[in-house]
Amino acid sequence: MQSVISVSNLSKTYASGFQALKSVDLDIRRGEIFALLGPNGAGKTTLISIICGIVNPSEGKVSIDGADIIDDYRAARSLIGLVPQELTTDAFETVWNTVTFSRGLFGKPKNPAHVEKVLRELSLWDKKDSKIMTLSGGMKRRVMIAKALSHEPQILFLDEPTAGVDVGLRKDMWNVVRALRASGVTIILTTHYIEEAEEMADRIGVINGGRIILVEGKSELMHKLGQKQLTLHLQKKLDAVPQDLAVHRLTLTNDGHDLVYSYDTQGERTGITALLGDLNKAGIRFRDLETTQSSLEDIFVGLVGQKQ
Amino acid sequence: MNLRAIAAIYKFEMSRTARTLLQSIVSPVISTSLYFVVFGAAIGSRISEIEGVEYGAFIVPGLIMMMLLTQSVANASFGIYFPRFTGTIYEILSAPVSYIEIVIGYVGAAATKSIILGLIILATAWLFVPIRIAHPVWMVTFLVLTAVTFSLFGFIIGIWADGFEKLQVVPLLIITPLTFLGGSFYSISVLPPVWQTITLFNPVVYLVSGFRWAFFEIADVGVGISLAMTLAFLAACMVAVWWIFRTGYRLKN
Repeated sequence: MQSVISVSNLSKTYASGFQALKSVDLDIRRGEIFALLGPNGAGKTTLISIICGIVNPSEGKVSIDGADIIDDYRAARSLIGLVPQELTTDAFETVWNTVTFSRGLFGKPKNPAHVEKVLRELSLWDKKDSKIMTLSGGMKRRVMIAKALSHEPQILFLDEPTAGVDVGLRKDMWNVVRALRASGVTIILTTHYIEEAEEMADRIGVINGGRIILVEGKSELMHKLGQKQLTLHLQKKLDAVPQDLAVHRLTLTNDGHDLVYSYDTQGERTGITALLGDLNKAGIRFRDLETTQSSLEDIFVGLVGQKQ
Repeated sequence: MNLRAIAAIYKFEMSRTARTLLQSIVSPVISTSLYFVVFGAAIGSRISEIEGVEYGAFIVPGLIMMMLLTQSVANASFGIYFPRFTGTIYEILSAPVSYIEIVIGYVGAAATKSIILGLIILATAWLFVPIRIAHPVWMVTFLVLTAVTFSLFGFIIGIWADGFEKLQVVPLLIITPLTFLGGSFYSISVLPPVWQTITLFNPVVYLVSGFRWAFFEIADVGVGISLAMTLAFLAACMVAVWWIFRTGYRLKN
């Protein structure tokens, strides 16, 4: 698939000497929802800020739909809408004015109908004449999203969009995001909530310590997630897995008290029935059993933990 | 040229002015009136004419210049500092606008505001003293040039400042002394010779002198020199702004 954002060998060292990004390569595909995961200080915001033109890179190149972000910044930036993490709004302006301002800033002709549509979708229409300072935090977040959508971007960056946001807004927001994706907009979001990435994203990237340590399609990741483990707590300790059960590739853990069986929930057969039958035949009895599934969070924590 | 972006920034800044009309317009007008009462009426009545001009009228160009300088610097520095302070600058930086467009939007709005203010003060002065303007075109030229130059200077301060104190320091410690010592209220020919020479290093002298010439055809320095010095300062500010955006100083790091 064609990539709409291409990041190559991107590094950033701040004046303080802190190296926020270390030679990052990343391609975002046209029309996808890409979730960027990483702990605090991993470099997510720096990466987004460089792509959007807010921070100068120290090294490396970024192009947006073929346009270099520095040499051809006008073409590059006009495609992008950005919703930053921090709630920063013009407190004294009205909702309508601030959203119209954003559209003008991006060089788009006036289009009250479009602004109205955006405000309605984000349940802001009633508040259009309110000063932003009178709005709640969630409403301000909506205003920031409306500003980013006012100029009809082809690429939308959502930096921690759901941090400190209630369920209602989250639902609204994901509806808007789905509708945007359906209309062909590419969406890049960063989040702490792994369930969100699981629910929304087509692909997931993990960044830590300024490096991209994994980029994978969600379905591939889900496949990994599909691995489950069945643990049988035995009544009597075993010294070894009996020969008759070798076909099931069991492992003996917990000093011979537990038998662990791994299987794929997405496979046609899990083999659980056969296993239980064979155990019965072999006269192995168990007190209890449990199944566990590795979550994206486990994978994430594992990855991030390894690198530290 | 992203004209819509310039218009958006300009309109945004002008509506900020409209929201703060009282402190933007009314307070400078009141303080100018006070200067007239103190310098024009109280002290001026004891001072005879300066070079054939009544003292009350003589100080009008200087007063307008003083307000123009302080207001241009204050407006423009606040205009760009505030979005940096609140963080809304992210949108300007991520928009498809060139730095020239950003500067035209912010500096244009700040200059417009101080020009309007200058004209209001001129009208206020009219109520107190009879004023003739010998060269209206030159008067407007100096008015506009000074407003633009010092708005640009204010823009630079607004980017340099990393706190509200710094925002106040330059107008308070540099602009105000320079205007008071720049011949706003006197002709520099009344100074001792040594001070006359030192004064020539004060850029405000050239602004006030040129501006006063446009009114009364009396000047401390030649009008050509006044114009050249103003343009030189404008050029210096432009170079500084160019450097700021080229390096991303205080904006993109």
